[in-house]
Amino acid sequence: MWFRKSVLVIPSRVIALIFGITLLFFPLITADEGLLRIITLAAIFSLYAASWDTLTGFTGQLSLGHALFFGVAAYASALLDLHLELSVWLTIPIGSFVGAFVGLIVGLPALRLRGLYLGLVTLAFPIILSGIIFFFTDVTGGEAGLYGLSRLAEDKINGYYIVMAIVMCSIFILYKFTDAGSRILRTGLLLRAIREDEMTARASGIDTIKYKLLAFGMSGFFAGIAGGLYAHYIRVAGPSTLELIFSIQVVLWTIFGGMGTIYGPVAGVFILYPLMEVIRFFPHGEEIRFILFSLILIFSLLFMPEGLTVWVRDKIETECTRCKVINMATRRTCRACRAPMYLTKDENRSQGKEET
Amino acid sequence: MLVSILINGLVSGGVYAILAIGFSLIFGVAKILNMAHTAFYMTTAFLIIAATRFLDLPLPVTAVISIFVTGMLGVICYKLCFDRVKVHETAVMIISVAVAMLFEETLLLTFGAQYQRVPPFVDGFFEIGGVRVLNQHFFTAGASIITLIGVWLLLSKTKLGKAIRAVDQDQEIANVMGIDVSKTSMQVMGISVILAGVAGAVTAPSIMVNPLMWVNPLVIVLSAVVLGGLGSIKGSAIAAFILGYAETLVVFLVPDGSFLRGAVSLTAMVLVLLVRPEGLFGIAFEEERL
Repeated sequence: MWFRKSVLVIPSRVIALIFGITLLFFPLITADEGLLRIITLAAIFSLYAASWDTLTGFTGQLSLGHALFFGVAAYASALLDLHLELSVWLTIPIGSFVGAFVGLIVGLPALRLRGLYLGLVTLAFPIILSGIIFFFTDVTGGEAGLYGLSRLAEDKINGYYIVMAIVMCSIFILYKFTDAGSRILRTGLLLRAIREDEMTARASGIDTIKYKLLAFGMSGFFAGIAGGLYAHYIRVAGPSTLELIFSIQVVLWTIFGGMGTIYGPVAGVFILYPLMEVIRFFPHGEEIRFILFSLILIFSLLFMPEGLTVWVRDKIETECTRCKVINMATRRTCRACRAPMYLTKDENRSQGKEET
Repeated sequence: MLVSILINGLVSGGVYAILAIGFSLIFGVAKILNMAHTAFYMTTAFLIIAATRFLDLPLPVTAVISIFVTGMLGVICYKLCFDRVKVHETAVMIISVAVAMLFEETLLLTFGAQYQRVPPFVDGFFEIGGVRVLNQHFFTAGASIITLIGVWLLLSKTKLGKAIRAVDQDQEIANVMGIDVSKTSMQVMGISVILAGVAGAVTAPSIMVNPLMWVNPLVIVLSAVVLGGLGSIKGSAIAAFILGYAETLVVFLVPDGSFLRGAVSLTAMVLVLLVRPEGLFGIAFEEERL
């Protein structure tokens, strides 16, 4: 009953459901190792992008150095794995707690800085850290990084399912954590309040310091899970996880998909990352793939400046102005209050005109 | 040692200052965080290489032509991309990153990844206190200082400069006072890109030119602009000199320190921001309005 009433009638939830089921049955459709690898990496990166969205899209704390959390967790898991020979089930959680801890440390200056200043301070941290990594090559492995980590599972298919299960659970937790309409957690609403107007949020009695640090910690933790999974999946933790381009990449994915929605970054990664990898197999693909990538970004942003998923969502769904229930765009009356939908559509249209 | 630190710091600081001023001009006037700023700097260097190789013109002429072509490119990018999504700040930033990547990859395709050299504008060297100083370095430092003075004169003495400062302070009031804000923004984009082009042209002979050379200056420019205080043009120029000297000191004093070069200047930026969140010359009031 619940399923029919709150999933099947909303097109975007149906799409998400179909997508999730397809991912679960993917190894049955194809046994091609290259494809499995691309999808697994896309899943890991989508968790990384979703964690960025939690921090920047929902809380409004611009982070341009998100690779820090990913890279620190990857290095921490790798060091624990190589030196203490702990099992994968310990190294990844410990690595993600290190990521959360680093998130809290980075969050401390965030209490004094905002906007672009914060973005640039966070941008500085991974670059400083990679300078240190190149300086102490005997511990960190320098340019080559730490390699020869233990696998997630002996079998490729098992590895795929482990990654999928962890990533899906984490993304669901992040979705609930940031959902403003949730009846269990208030965090989504509070984080949005901090993003929209921090002064007003504080004046209304929200402990903004606590919630900003919480957002940094959560974001660092889940980026850390992604980092640990990545290190164990490709079995290398190298300085490329701290590069500037890797921090920027997550911003590109998320803004392409739609910022301030958890499904936006997931869709962005699952569209852009496999596309970029598949282009490699075409003739001259290796040379032109980044040109193509930047052209896709430029054109998609010119036509959909709020991101792909937001654009699609506005096309297939309309919110009833009277009772705020989400309806399929093709319906003529609201499914809850029976108000004719053309009222809503006209109102949306005129609002759009005023904005432009 | 001391002399070479002084000269090298002046050279890199001057170039960073030109870049940082252009960056903070377009940010102040049009609120565009132009991550492609140093990509234009790189483009000029490559245009000079292409022009000397294929057109066989004298070097100063090619430099001037390349700077103007880069300026045109900048205005075209502004009209085609930045201007259309100006309302969405993050979209503008991402589009500028995409433009920078487009430039990088196009140059990689046409010139390849290997390092290229540009012949120096002036040959020879002379000695100060037993240290050999290349004439090219003097040329770079002199050209940057002349450019900085030129920008200062433009902003403080001309009518265009007055309009730019007015839009920088408050777009709406400037609009009410009869200043064409969108035209001024376009002019500032042109000026800012031409400044990046000048920086590229004067440094091209003393660095290795390759399609990845835009990343490191971008980091320094961003930190200089923040260190000086966003929107303060004087501040970003001074901060650029501070960072230029910090970088030179690390390279000269720490053995194998070139890896730490970026790290040290960024640490300096983080420390200053923790003590003074609005930057050296920024006003706390301005921060509220961002």
